[in-house]
Amino acid sequence: MSQTTAAAVGHAHDHAHDHGDHGHGHHPTGFMRWLTTTNHKDIGSMYLWFSFTMFLMGGVLALGIRAELFKPGLQLWHPEFFNQLTTMHGVIMVFGAIMPAFVGFANWLVPMQIGAPDMAFARMNNWSFWLLPPAALLLVISFFVPGGAAAGGWTLYAPLTSQMGPGMDLAIFALHILGASSIMGSINIVVTILNMRAPGMTLMKMPMFVWTWLITAYLLIAVMPVLAGAITMTLTDRHFGTSFFNAAGGGDPVMYQHVFWFFGHPEVYIMILPAFGIVSHVIPAFARKPLFGYSSMVYATSSIAILSFIVWAHHMFVVGMPAAGVLFFMYATVLIAVPTGVKVFNWLATMWRGSMTFETPMLFAVGFLFVFSMGGFTGLVCAIAPIDLQIQDTYYVVAHFHYVLVAGSLFALFSGAYFWLPKWTGHMYSESLGKLHFWLSLIFFNITFFPMHFLGLAGMPRRIPDYATQFADFNMIASIGAFGFGLSQLVFLVAVLKCVRGGEKATAQVWEGAEGLEWTLPSPAPYHSFEVPPQVK
Amino acid sequence: MSTIASLRLARGSDNRQLLIRLLVVTAVMFGFGFALVPFYEKICQVTGLRSILQPDHVGAVNTQVDYTRSVAIEFDTNTRGLPWTFRPLEGHVSVHPGEMQQAVFEIRNTSTRPVTGQAIPSYGPALAADYFRKVECFCFTQQTLQPGESRQVPVVFLVDPGLPSSIGTITLSFTFFEVNGAQAPAGSTTPLTAVPGKVRS
Repeated sequence: MSQTTAAAVGHAHDHAHDHGDHGHGHHPTGFMRWLTTTNHKDIGSMYLWFSFTMFLMGGVLALGIRAELFKPGLQLWHPEFFNQLTTMHGVIMVFGAIMPAFVGFANWLVPMQIGAPDMAFARMNNWSFWLLPPAALLLVISFFVPGGAAAGGWTLYAPLTSQMGPGMDLAIFALHILGASSIMGSINIVVTILNMRAPGMTLMKMPMFVWTWLITAYLLIAVMPVLAGAITMTLTDRHFGTSFFNAAGGGDPVMYQHVFWFFGHPEVYIMILPAFGIVSHVIPAFARKPLFGYSSMVYATSSIAILSFIVWAHHMFVVGMPAAGVLFFMYATVLIAVPTGVKVFNWLATMWRGSMTFETPMLFAVGFLFVFSMGGFTGLVCAIAPIDLQIQDTYYVVAHFHYVLVAGSLFALFSGAYFWLPKWTGHMYSESLGKLHFWLSLIFFNITFFPMHFLGLAGMPRRIPDYATQFADFNMIASIGAFGFGLSQLVFLVAVLKCVRGGEKATAQVWEGAEGLEWTLPSPAPYHSFEVPPQVK
Repeated sequence: MSTIASLRLARGSDNRQLLIRLLVVTAVMFGFGFALVPFYEKICQVTGLRSILQPDHVGAVNTQVDYTRSVAIEFDTNTRGLPWTFRPLEGHVSVHPGEMQQAVFEIRNTSTRPVTGQAIPSYGPALAADYFRKVECFCFTQQTLQPGESRQVPVVFLVDPGLPSSIGTITLSFTFFEVNGAQAPAGSTTPLTAVPGKVRS
């Protein structure tokens, strides 16, 4: 792809005074530095720390769920609070952890990978980040209002949402803010990628991570406003007497599902496409071969994005659609397996006869490939309508989407974090801690979620605080796995903190097989990079 | 002005143009979310989905009465958020498929204000909905009751003879909602987290 000589880098600082940066005579320090920063690296770091905090928070809620489900019967929580746990776990993980984490990666990497000095709209970038903490605060506060937090599931289906207390309103406001942040971030990313590439970097020379984020950002711009519309309708139904989803006034709760999933399915790919991008960097680096089938990767990513707009109703096979509709959505869904398969086989072909080594990023990438593919296959099972009628809203579905979201998105995030951490901090992380983190995560992940397939096939419904005793054994195994998985993530925290504070000095290249503009910069990457655009051959 | 600075200026205006275009896309997609509402209503109208509040079409074929079997029809009545009592005069009837039947319900306004309500039907098992034909129903229109007024309202229906033989009982359930949402905003009704006994019904 982009073999680059960026001799210009060394000169960047000499030129720094000639252009721009006029207001930087006195740098604010302490908290004000972070509050007012417009530097993409600062903002990227803040995104990553924010999302990790939310990840731990969502994780604690998940452990609350698993603690209750450890044994049949009601032990710890009232059923109402259990519903709040499942709902807020989903909302926080999707909107607070996974999505901001990818935006954090984009902030750090996109400008460095395309040879741009910063994001296109640096001030807006600052706003995009600082909208997140207030939204998170609203979600936390919602636990303490009368009636508690939103408890209608992360999908916020009507009519449940129209009947809840003020916690629901707080969740809606939080989602509005998070959505606005995502849209601003996405616009920034699109403009940066389209307008600020280094001379010579054509679209088809862009690194895969940049490509996947370009497509993801378009998806976000297209569907986040639809979610905003859906929850605005919910809000006006609740307080202003409208009847979008209110049956009594001629509305229809099923329509909420249609509008929501028009957002919701592209959202699923928003959470996985940047993960594909990260893996497409890690695997070639550690296989010491260029990515196999670069252009087919680009086309596959685009096809997945386009197809994601015509499959939404596969989440709603049981609402009573006509058979023709069910068939259409079933076939369209199965079709998505084709471009996804192209990607998986390209990664395998990249590894084929490569001289592979298995440092932590590669372990997570290969782990991703293995476990994500399993999630992909269960996705195909769910896509077949007659089977879905059986397993709709069972633990089989819970297992499926945790295989693609935890072992997919999250493992790719870990892989990328270990991969670029030396570039970000200037130090190598502890390889033994990284490997420990990987193996604990992989093993406990499977202990947690693999039994859920059996539970779902046996008919255990999701989102229930109590269950029939025949489900007891598998639930106990899953709960033990969940606590193991949760605690393993503290290893990651330790590894990152150790790496930030010191360690073996990282070289500019860091990894023998790594390719791309970011590796031409010294480690840690200087505060201002590519002030003079590099030439891409 | 150095070349880099002029390059940045040119970039700046390009960036702003693209920003505006993307903001327009955002606004259009926000509108698109709302446009889906009339769009789906149109689709439902055209395809005849969700026609629960209109009389069902009864073809000539359906008037053939199948005396060889009978189906039990059970009536279930609920109110949500409006101060009415609502009950069937008979809890259940037995019909032959294809046979026209009438059931009568009584609604009474127990409050001191006029209240307008709308009944929404549903069926158990859900599959039966495809075979249950309402020719006339109080649920096709809104009902307004003065304070203390009571009224008897009818449903005229038949069960399509094509009803699968495995279905021997159909539950027809009505729920009355108050039409004027402002009288009882949803946010102010008892949240689901309340203990069941306290839920207003």
